Formats: sequence, C-alpha cells, structure tokens
Amino acid sequence: MTETLWILFDLLLAAMLLGLGAAAVGTRDLKRGVVLFIVFGLFMALVWARLRAPDLALAEAAIGAGIAGALLLAALRDEPAAEVPAPARLAVPGWLLTLFTIGLAVVVGWALIDALATAQPQRLLPLVSAEIASSGVSHPVTAVLLNFRAYDTLLELAVVLTAVYGIVALAPARPGFRPAGPVLEGLVGWLVPLLIVTAAYLLWAGAHAPGGAFQAGATLAAAAVLLRLGGHPRAALPPGTWLRLTLVAGVGVFLLVGVAQLAFGRAFLAYPVDLAGGLILLIEAAATLAIAAALAMAYLGGYPSDWHSSASAKQGGKDDAG
Amino acid sequence: MLAEHLIYGLSGVGLFAIGLRAALLHGSLLAKILAINVCGAGVFLTIVALAYQGLTVPADPVPHALVLTGIVVAVSATALALALGRRLQEMQDE
Repeated sequence: MTETLWILFDLLLAAMLLGLGAAAVGTRDLKRGVVLFIVFGLFMALVWARLRAPDLALAEAAIGAGIAGALLLAALRDEPAAEVPAPARLAVPGWLLTLFTIGLAVVVGWALIDALATAQPQRLLPLVSAEIASSGVSHPVTAVLLNFRAYDTLLELAVVLTAVYGIVALAPARPGFRPAGPVLEGLVGWLVPLLIVTAAYLLWAGAHAPGGAFQAGATLAAAAVLLRLGGHPRAALPPGTWLRLTLVAGVGVFLLVGVAQLAFGRAFLAYPVDLAGGLILLIEAAATLAIAAALAMAYLGGYPSDWHSSASAKQGGKDDAG
Repeated sequence: MLAEHLIYGLSGVGLFAIGLRAALLHGSLLAKILAINVCGAGVFLTIVALAYQGLTVPADPVPHALVLTGIVVAVSATALALALGRRLQEMQDE
C-alpha cells in the first residue's frame, strides 16, 4: 500500500516538474516565464529532497531558484518594452525541430531504460564510506567535494571567477534602485543579519551534515541581493582592492593549501589526515566569501563604480562609470 | 531497477528535450537562456535519479557532488550569458 502511495507521489511530482518546465519555456510572456522558472526551481528542490539529496535541495533553493531567478528578473528590466518576442528565424520548419527533439528524447529514454535493465551499476558509496575517516569531515558529499575530488571543486571556483571577470569586462553595474520604503527597509534590517547567520551555520554544518561553501555562499549572496533591492547600490561589496581579493580568495586559498602540500612531500591537494578538517574549513570559508561576492557582482551586472579607480589608485579620481 | 529510477530518470530526459526545443525555437536571448537552464536541470535530474538507491539506503554521494558543482557552474554561465546579452542589446541600441 505504501509502495503505491510513494509511486503516486513520485508520478505527481514528476508531472508537476515537467508541466512547470514546459510552461516556463512555452509562454510568450517573458516575465511569466521567469516567475514560472523560479517555481520550477523550488519544485526541483523538492525532488532533490525526495531523491535523498539534501545538499542539492539546499543549493537548488538558494541558487537555482533564488539567485538564478533574481538574475533573470534583473535582466528582464533591460529587455525592450513588453513587446511579444519574435520566434527565431530558422532554416528548418518548426515542426521538424519538434520532431527532432521528440526523436532524441525517445532514443535517450530508450537507452536509459535499457541501461537500467541490464547494467550492473558500480556504486561509489562503499568506497566513500571506507575512506571517509581519513577525509577530515564526516559528511560524504563534503568529503567528495573538498577532499576526494578536490580538483573538480578547485576548477569550479576558477569557472566562477572567470565568469565574474567576463561580466566585469563587459559593462558597468546597472544603476541601483531608489531607496526602499519603510516596510522593505524594515524587512531588510531583519533578514540580512538572519541570512548572514544562516550562511555561517551552513558553512560550519557542511563538515558533518548537508551544507557547505556553495549553499553558504549563495545565502550570503541572497543577503547582498536583498540589500541592493533595499536601495544600497553596492550591495555591501567591499571597496576597491578588497573586492578583488575577495573574488580570488576561493581559488587563491585553495591553490595555496594545495601547493603547500607539495612542500611537505605530499601530492597536490593531498591533505594530512590530522589537519584535513581545519584545512577544509579554511578553504570553504574562503570559497564562501568568493562565491557570495561573485554572485553579488553577477547581480550588479558589471563592475562597481570604484573598480577601475582602485586599479590606478595614484590618479585618485573617480571614473566615469557612475 | 527501482520505479524512482524510471520516473525521475525519464522526467529528466523529458525536461532536457523540452528545454532543447525551446532554446532552438525562441528568438529572444533571455528566453533561450531560460530554456537552456531547464535543459540543464533535466540532465541533473537524470544523474541524481540514477544515484538514488532506495528510501532506507543513503544515495551515492559522488553524483551529488558532481551535480552540486554543475548547479554552481550553470548559474555562473547564466550570469555571463545575461551580461553578454545586455551588452549586445546596448550595441544594437547605439
């Protein structure tokens, strides 16, 4: 009986997800599409929780639905006035494209079913469980991210940094919002400290429970987004050189810790067992600040007004970014 | 094979196809970026569905770490794409 109930629940959740996904991309009204996409992200978080992936549920709620939604909503303001966007000029008719994607889905789906029916999956959980005592943390996902597969995470932070420098190279920050009304200002005053405490908790909890640098960074970035909506145009980003240092802190500290191991005759990023816990916390703390600053910069949409003046501090003048 | 593997795995394939079709069909850049995000969510869903091992057994943490990395990379790419789109818009307006 409970089995049937679970399957019913799964089918319902999957149907909601597909329906929301189709509605988000199917609508001609972009604003509607973006709002539906945020709802889609929240349902995604539910699905992650259902599939026993609480780390992903946290990350999706904060990043997939939260920050990505805020970025899309901010970009909506730059779009030309609410005219109906034209469909793409295609070299092939639309129905052919639909047929092609249906065909692709059928083939991939078939391959998936076939693989599920015949393959003997090799699970990595036993391996992770066997080695986790030497990783410095007790939460398997954090152990994989910061120790067993630390290369992935290092390069991921490099991707985030590259994206920020791409954004900074393109344009100055969007003009800020006008100061908030008293109600929003009051809410900002309550929520920002709460978000900072939550971020610190998530960072600390990552060692033994779902959480970690990404969730914490996204939560901090949410505080920055909120501040900007409340009329603080810089979103509490540190001034001048400090901002640059914060942005590179994630990759920088990670690399320093990794290279330092070479000096002691160990492999790159192979932390000693007794120091691993502390080193992972150090890297994660730096990564949290870097990710938060990067996502806040992404929300600003470009370089803040003192970005160039800090590079050429001798001139002392303000640049024209405004 | 668990029922969850099929339900969520195939939903992921479906989302991928829905997103891909929309990304190719839409003319507006913002709509394309949104569609690619749905497309990526489908890929993540299939991976995580396969990591699931039942209600009483913990799931495989390696695919979870992989997808967590993927979510952050996806949002960075989205942010860069939106900035590029904004610059493009400005250049067209000039």
